[in-house]
Amino acid sequence: MNSIAFVAIAILTLAAALAAATLQKLMHAALSFAVTFVGVAAFFFLLGAEFVGLVQVFVYVGAVAVLIVFTILLTRRDVQDTGKPTWSGAIIAIAVFGGLLWAILRTPTLSVAAPKVEALTVKRIGEVLMTGYVWPLQCVGLLLTAAMIGALILVMEEKP
Amino acid sequence: MTLTLSIFLIVSATLFCIGLLAVLSRRHAIFILIGIEMMLAAANLNFIAFWRFGPQPQPPTGVMVAIFSIAIAAAEAAVGLALVIAVYRHYRTTNVDQLDQLKG
Amino acid sequence: MSDWLDQIFIRIKQVLLAPLAGAPDWVMQIVSSLINIFALLGVFLTLFALISVLERKILGRMQNRYGPNRVGPFGLFQPVADGIKMLIKEDIVPVRADKIVHFLAPILIAATAILALGVIPYGRNMTPFVIDGGILFFFAVGSTTELAVFMAGWGSNNKFSMLGAMRAIAQMISYELPLIITVLPVVMVVGSLTPDRIVAAQGGYIFGIVPHWFVVTPWGAAAFILFFVSGLVESNRTPFDVPEGESEIVAGHMTEYSGFKYATFFMAEYIGMFAISGLGVTLFLGGWQAPIAALWFIPSYVWFFAKLGTLLFVYIWIRGTLPRARVDQIMNFAWKFMLPMAFTCIVAAAVWHYAGRGLAGWFWSLAVLTAVYLALSQLIGTRKKFAARTYRFAE
Repeated sequence: MNSIAFVAIAILTLAAALAAATLQKLMHAALSFAVTFVGVAAFFFLLGAEFVGLVQVFVYVGAVAVLIVFTILLTRRDVQDTGKPTWSGAIIAIAVFGGLLWAILRTPTLSVAAPKVEALTVKRIGEVLMTGYVWPLQCVGLLLTAAMIGALILVMEEKP
Repeated sequence: MTLTLSIFLIVSATLFCIGLLAVLSRRHAIFILIGIEMMLAAANLNFIAFWRFGPQPQPPTGVMVAIFSIAIAAAEAAVGLALVIAVYRHYRTTNVDQLDQLKG
Repeated sequence: MSDWLDQIFIRIKQVLLAPLAGAPDWVMQIVSSLINIFALLGVFLTLFALISVLERKILGRMQNRYGPNRVGPFGLFQPVADGIKMLIKEDIVPVRADKIVHFLAPILIAATAILALGVIPYGRNMTPFVIDGGILFFFAVGSTTELAVFMAGWGSNNKFSMLGAMRAIAQMISYELPLIITVLPVVMVVGSLTPDRIVAAQGGYIFGIVPHWFVVTPWGAAAFILFFVSGLVESNRTPFDVPEGESEIVAGHMTEYSGFKYATFFMAEYIGMFAISGLGVTLFLGGWQAPIAALWFIPSYVWFFAKLGTLLFVYIWIRGTLPRARVDQIMNFAWKFMLPMAFTCIVAAAVWHYAGRGLAGWFWSLAVLTAVYLALSQLIGTRKKFAARTYRFAE
């Protein structure tokens, strides 16, 4: 694993995430959100889970980001700005970050280097999905159908 | 610099806290959804990092959980955005401070 | 001899890499990837220039006129003239446009289109980047194009651009589903997402004459037709070019772009066409393999580009023949016809596999497809809409 690649991807992802959380213009924030997820997908590639990285780009950037952009379009009243981020939110976020950092640095077993792992092929993921995880697969299918029908009903306008 | 598990966990903790910042301090409903998606992505990163750095050979449990989490997050984003559109149609505002009809 | 000609590009690349024999591993990888990338860009940008002039000539011939024939022999240097024209045009950006988004949109669209070209096998051992989930990479990158189209439409601060972009995205999202679901039977039958493995699974011949390509099977033929039509829609080509309908919304999301940025959009559309055709050749038409066993001496990349050229000719042919479809007709077609037929292809492929892959399987899968097709034609109710026209004249 290349540490140069790691540093570059980390800087890109965190900068884009910060931009998405604090930018005033809605559209720019939504597009930085898409860049954040491309960065997270790059992390998945670095960690050797390429299938999850590709699914991440596909679902988040290709679908969720487009959904968010469409919703911004449909719900704007020509007011571009959203108001500044409040100080209490920042303080709580920094406090939580401090707590997590303390917990991570205090645990010595987490400072291990990466062991050699054989590449996780899509075939293996398919095998595991169909044998061990077949019930969660069917449940997620049902959940997605329910979500689709629910979203349609929520936005369907009633005919007068 | 060798990459250890704690470095990945610190990055995902940072991403989580930036998502938390977005949820807590933004007033527009869509931004809160963006923050929630970022927190979910940080959790996925944690799962994959622990799978990768765990004792090998191990079953791809972390990868499976991440895949299902992405699917569920997409469903939740769709329903959340449909809710935002429905609320906007009724109240003509997406500022969550003004959506307080149920306040006693 | 034929093997030497077949692998000539691999040997050239090895000769180029020989001076670096002592370098560390990552240097070799980076230089090898760079050589792949430059070769890919060189080939496909030349092909883009050639196709842009050939399209105009072929369309002209179909409309009983010459195409461009002034610049160079038979007009083949026309792209040079077009390129110079695009480069020296003034770059106009609207005053209230969003500068960053307006600038990044054509770059992003061209980048995603070229990225998708990287996983297609162009010949034996000639895939630029071998990724385990290559087909998924192709579709992941293709779905990023929608966001770039939206950025173009929104960044121009123009109502027509916005409308064009929303129509383009609605069309692309609707047809992305049949596109991906028609690829599923192929992946199911082969058992892998790697394009190299899919090409290898289509090897072998029956009696040395009929190849084992997936387009020869009934579910493969149906899936290929659906894939081709979805590819037409994804590249915004006639009859589905509502996003660029010149008589309706000027140029849709590309209205406010002039000069080189418009050329970039143009290039991205054509390279998207190449990518989808290349994927169609890989998945259904056997990739770089020859159709008859006796013709193996012709190099593999020649076969690939011959098949690609045939598909591109069919794209241009359809453009010269059919008028533009209406937006609601396009949507109806996608959700009511193509999606059920795409699911039927999966069922038909399973039937073909489990009835033995021979003649019985062929017959049963053809029966499944015909039954669903006839049922759909009864149920969708197109008979009322497309009945014979009755004319009423003013008295």
